[in-house]
Amino acid sequence: MSGFIALDGVSHRYGGIQAGPEGILAIQDLTLSVGRGEFAAVVGPSGCGKSTLMKLVTGLQFPFAGHVMVAGEEVRQPVKIAGMAFQAPTLLPWRTTLENLLLPLEIVRPHRGEIRRNRAAYVERAEKLLASVGLDGFGSKYPWQLSGGMQQRTSLCRALIHEPQLLMLDEPFGALDAFTREELWCVIRDLHAVRGITIILVTHDLREAVFLADRVFVMSARPGRILAERKIDLPRPRDLEVTFSTEFQDIVHELRGHIVKARQ
Amino acid sequence: MNSSPTLMIRLAPWLFTVALLLLWEFVCRAFNIPEFFLPTPMAVARATYEFWPAIYRNSWITLQTTLIGFGLAVGFGLFLGLAIGWSRTIYAGIYPLMIGFNAIPKVAVVPILVLWFGIGFMPAVLTAFLISFFPIVVNVATGLATIEPEMEDVLKALGASKLDIMRKVGIPRSLPYFFGSLKIAITLAFVGSVISESIASNYGIGNLMLQAQAQFQVPLIFAGLVALAVEGIVMYWVMALLEQRMTGWAQRSGFAQT
Repeated sequence: MSGFIALDGVSHRYGGIQAGPEGILAIQDLTLSVGRGEFAAVVGPSGCGKSTLMKLVTGLQFPFAGHVMVAGEEVRQPVKIAGMAFQAPTLLPWRTTLENLLLPLEIVRPHRGEIRRNRAAYVERAEKLLASVGLDGFGSKYPWQLSGGMQQRTSLCRALIHEPQLLMLDEPFGALDAFTREELWCVIRDLHAVRGITIILVTHDLREAVFLADRVFVMSARPGRILAERKIDLPRPRDLEVTFSTEFQDIVHELRGHIVKARQ
Repeated sequence: MNSSPTLMIRLAPWLFTVALLLLWEFVCRAFNIPEFFLPTPMAVARATYEFWPAIYRNSWITLQTTLIGFGLAVGFGLFLGLAIGWSRTIYAGIYPLMIGFNAIPKVAVVPILVLWFGIGFMPAVLTAFLISFFPIVVNVATGLATIEPEMEDVLKALGASKLDIMRKVGIPRSLPYFFGSLKIAITLAFVGSVISESIASNYGIGNLMLQAQAQFQVPLIFAGLVALAVEGIVMYWVMALLEQRMTGWAQRSGFAQT
């Protein structure tokens, strides 16, 4: 049985297919599978092709060899059922927070045809989503009037507003201070619990991966392959306190061993 | 005194202008500089008064010429900038040509324009156009070229077309660059029209100054310069106002506000 997301023997070069055989291999013979509703984390040394993995799964690029399947179909175009958030919040400075949230709805079908007629309903939906991440009443603010953590929350909301089945997170908390980061871990944890959405989190923070994920994949140095796969059995819902438990520390330690090997 | 700093800032342009004029007047008198070499501000003011009908009429012509050329530059520059930002092929093809074209001194083009259109209105409009479209193209294209790749990914993954990305991100993003470039372009447009007027026209401030020079009416030459400066400042101010109105979101820095 293949999962909701399945990569099978995937190889890819930087610069996409156009780079030709001379292009540097970003990932090689990579196989992984993520089930529907699962929270998967991908960790690895920097430059191991984690971002390439993101692009392949969302259909922004297509593999040089192998197959990428999402929701039972081979990816041949942007998948449209995914939301994405990155390390930089990439909000549009000329739009208010609320208008930034509505942006995906102006693009994605069927909403793009309805948003003009049904704006009030969509605005209500956006405001509810903002409230769910602790941003009530910030809709009318511009991005630069928000703190870094708030901008990142907005960015997460934008990735979720069209109710995607898949959420792709590329080091979304990398630029935040430690406390804000842990706060946002909890935001993501709760979103995952409530919505049952499939999430792939790319990160180099092992504690983050272990705290949030059901399974952690360790990637090798370039060209990236999956070196190890670790199921995280810590009971949910997880409290931040769990990060101080011996069990948690042991898993982090074990994963760290893999990374150290991967860097050699 | 809370209001005094802002009051100073509001008065500063006038004070500095008056100070410059006083210094000019003083230097001319102190060193006894002859009027045919450097007339005093008073002499320039007298010439302005004396030749007011001619200055007024020709200023108006220069302004019209400049604005028509500038308008063409805005339309064409916007179009070309968007085209260059749209496609890497168009960019690769057109950019070297544009740089080469921009390197040509526009004064060298005027004789050709005269050959094609005769002297007067058309060469002046076209020179103003040719000299001022380049910064608009470059700025619009820069705005488009600096879209964050992540932003593009977010939208593409949703199935956004290139046109969607252009409409939702590219164009709004390049507007501050565009309005910023208008300030440069309008100033250049004046340069273009006056160059052409002084080489090949019977009208305009450029021509007026040329005639004044032929007749050795040095204060009138300077009066022409002042008229151009005033027009330039007013149009620059209009463009700056437009920029502030249209893209206030891009100007939130407190830097240099005091």
